[in-house]
Amino acid sequence: MKKIFASAIVVCILIAGCTDTKSRSTGVYMLLDTSGTYAVELKKAQKILNYLLGVLAPGDTLAVARIDTGSFSEKDILSKVTFDERPSVANNQKRAFMQKIDTFVNSVEGSPYTDISGGILQAIEYLNEAGSGKKYILIFSDLKEELAKGYKRDIPFQLPDFNIIALNVTKLRGDNIDPKEYMARVEDWRGKVEKGGGQWGMINDLERLDNIFTN
Amino acid sequence: MTVANMLNLTASPALSILIWIVLFLAALYFARRPFHRAVMSFSKIIYNAMRFSAASVLSAEKRLVRRNREVLMAAGLESAERIVEREFDRIAAAVTRDLEGYPNVHRQLSEVITKLDEDYTESADVPPSLPNWMPIIESIAKIKHTGDSMVANMLSEINRSLNDQHKKAIEDYRNSTAARHGILNKMMPFWRKVEKSLASISKAITNIKKRSKTVDRYMDEYEQIRSKSDRAARALSTSALTQFAIAGLVLLIAIGGAIINFNLIALPMSEMVGGASYIGPYKTSDVAGLVIILVELTMGLFLMESLRITRLFPIIGAMDDKMRRRMIIITFTLLTVLAGVESALAFMRDRIAHDMEALRQTLAGAEEVGLTNSIIPMVGQMVMGFILPFALAFVAIPLESFVTSSRTVLGALVAWLFRLFAFCLRLLGNVGFYAGRFIVNVYDLAIFPAIWLERVILGTKNKKLDMLEAENPEDSPLVEEAVDIDSFDKTLEIKEPRE
Repeated sequence: MKKIFASAIVVCILIAGCTDTKSRSTGVYMLLDTSGTYAVELKKAQKILNYLLGVLAPGDTLAVARIDTGSFSEKDILSKVTFDERPSVANNQKRAFMQKIDTFVNSVEGSPYTDISGGILQAIEYLNEAGSGKKYILIFSDLKEELAKGYKRDIPFQLPDFNIIALNVTKLRGDNIDPKEYMARVEDWRGKVEKGGGQWGMINDLERLDNIFTN
Repeated sequence: MTVANMLNLTASPALSILIWIVLFLAALYFARRPFHRAVMSFSKIIYNAMRFSAASVLSAEKRLVRRNREVLMAAGLESAERIVEREFDRIAAAVTRDLEGYPNVHRQLSEVITKLDEDYTESADVPPSLPNWMPIIESIAKIKHTGDSMVANMLSEINRSLNDQHKKAIEDYRNSTAARHGILNKMMPFWRKVEKSLASISKAITNIKKRSKTVDRYMDEYEQIRSKSDRAARALSTSALTQFAIAGLVLLIAIGGAIINFNLIALPMSEMVGGASYIGPYKTSDVAGLVIILVELTMGLFLMESLRITRLFPIIGAMDDKMRRRMIIITFTLLTVLAGVESALAFMRDRIAHDMEALRQTLAGAEEVGLTNSIIPMVGQMVMGFILPFALAFVAIPLESFVTSSRTVLGALVAWLFRLFAFCLRLLGNVGFYAGRFIVNVYDLAIFPAIWLERVILGTKNKKLDMLEAENPEDSPLVEEAVDIDSFDKTLEIKEPRE
C-alpha cells in the first residue's frame, strides 16, 4: 500500500513537473501611434485589436500602449491583460478589453512627438516580465520617429525571441515625392530590429492579418 | 615504368606491345589455376553461407509454424470449450426452466388421471333397474279378466301401478344417464389439461434433443481440434483471419467514435483544468479528455469481463459469482457516472461555443444575430455524450477478437516473411555461385590463346573436350551439374580434373 501511495506521489510530481503554463503562451504588445495626422488611423488599429482578441487563447497576454512624446513609461500602457485559463472568463476579459480600447479610440488626442524607440523598449520590458513563450511587438505607425528635445534613444534593442511587425506603415507626403525616404525609413527599423536579434515583418494590407502569427 | 618506356622494349612499338601481351597472357595462364580456386572458393563460401542461413531461417520458420499451429489449436480448443460450455449452460437453463416443474406436472397429471378414473367409474354406474316384483305384476296385469268387477279393478289397479312404476323407472334411468353425461362432460377440461401438460413436456424434450444435437456437432468439432487435424487447422486459420479483419474494422469504427467523443469533451475540459497548461507537448485539457475516454473504455472492458462476455482478464472471470456481481454493479455505476459527466461536459461545451460565437460577432462589429436559441443541438450533444461511453464499452468484444486473432495472423505473417527471407538468401547464394563460375569463364576467355596453345601441345583428346566446352558451355556437364544446388562440390570435382 505504501509503495502504491509513493508511486502515486511520484507520478503526480512528474505530471506537475511536466505542466508548463508559460512557455507556450503568446505575448502581444501593440504600440499605437497617436501623433499628428496618424491619430485618425486608429479606427484601423481597433480592427486589428479585435482580430487579436479573436485569435488569442486563454493564458496569452495582450497589452496596448500609445506612442507619444515619451513612450518609455508604464503610463502609456492603455490596457493590459493576461487571459484566464478558463475560456468563459477569458471571453469576459476580452469584452472588457474591447470596451477600454473603444473608449480610448473615441477620446484620443494627438501628440506632438513620436517616440517609437521608447515604446519598443517599454514593450520589451513588459513582455520579458510576462514570460510569454512567443513575443510579438506590433507597431501601428508610419515609422517616422520624432523625438522631443533632450530625449535620448540611442540604446541598442535586445530582441532575441521577439517578432517586431510594423502595421499600416502609411506613406507620408515626402515619401510620395521621393520613395527612397520611405524605403530608407523601413530599412532603418529593420536594421535596428535585426541587429538586436529580432525578426522584422511588415503588414500594410489589413486583410492579411493572419500573417502576424505565421512566424 | 611509363607507357613510353614499356613500348621501347624493341625498336618496333608493335612488337613491344606484342611481347607485353604475350608476357601478360603467360602470367595470367600461370595464375589461372590459383585464380580459379580462389574464385570458386569465394563463390562456395557465399553459396554455403547463404544456404546455411536459409536453412537456419527455414528451420526457424518451421518452428514458428509449429508454434503457430499449437497456439491456433489451443485457441480453437478454448473457443470450442467455451461454445460447448455455453451450450451446456443453455441446456441446463432449459432443463431448469422446462423440467424443474416436472414433479409438479407429474403430480397434477396423477391427480387429474385419478379424478378421470373416478369420474369414469362413476359414469360407468348401471342405471337403476325395475324392482324385482315388477315382472310378476306385469304377468298378473296381462291376465285376461273374466268380467268380474273385483278382478277387473284389481287388474286395472295393477296396470296403473305398473305404468307408474314404468314411468318412474324411465325417469330414473334418464336422470342417471344425464348425471353420467354430466360427469363425462366435466372430464373434458381435465383431458385438455392432460393434453396441454403432455404437449409442454414434449416441447421441452424436443428442445433438449435439438440442443443435444448442437452439442454433438460442437463436440465433433472439439474432437477434430483435439486430434489436431489439418482440416481443423485450416478452418481455425480462416476463422482467425476473418475475425481479425472484422474486429479490425469494428475497432476502426470505435476509434472514430472515440475521436468524436474526445472532441465533445476537450473544449469544456479546458474550463475545468485550464486551457493554457501543458503536459509535455499536449494540452492538459486534451489529456484530461483523453483520460476520461480511456477510463470509460477500461470500465467497459471490466464490465464485459465481469459479465463473462470477454475473457481478456482470467482473474475476473475466475472470481466467485458474488464478487463478480459486485464488480458488475461497481463498473456499471462508474460508467453511468462518467456518462453523466460527459453529458454535463457536452452541455458546457454548447454554452462555451455559444459564448465564443457571440464574442466573435461582437469583435467583428456585427450584432449578435443568427445565434440559434434552439435547444435541439444542446440536447443532441448531451444525449451523444451520455450514449457514447456505453457504446464504447462494447469495444471490449472486438478488442478481444482482435487480440486473439492477431496472434495467429501475425504469426502467419512472420512465417511468410521468414520464407521470403530464406528464398532471398538461397537466391543470393546461387547468384554468388554462378557469379564465381562466370568470372572463371571470363578469365578463360581472356586467356584463350594460351589455353589453345596448351591444348595444341598437350594433345588432341583434351583439345576436343575443351573445344566442346568452349563452344557450348551451357550444355557442358559442369553447368548441368551446377543447376542442382547440391552439386557444387561435384562441379568443382568435374572442373578441376579437366583443367
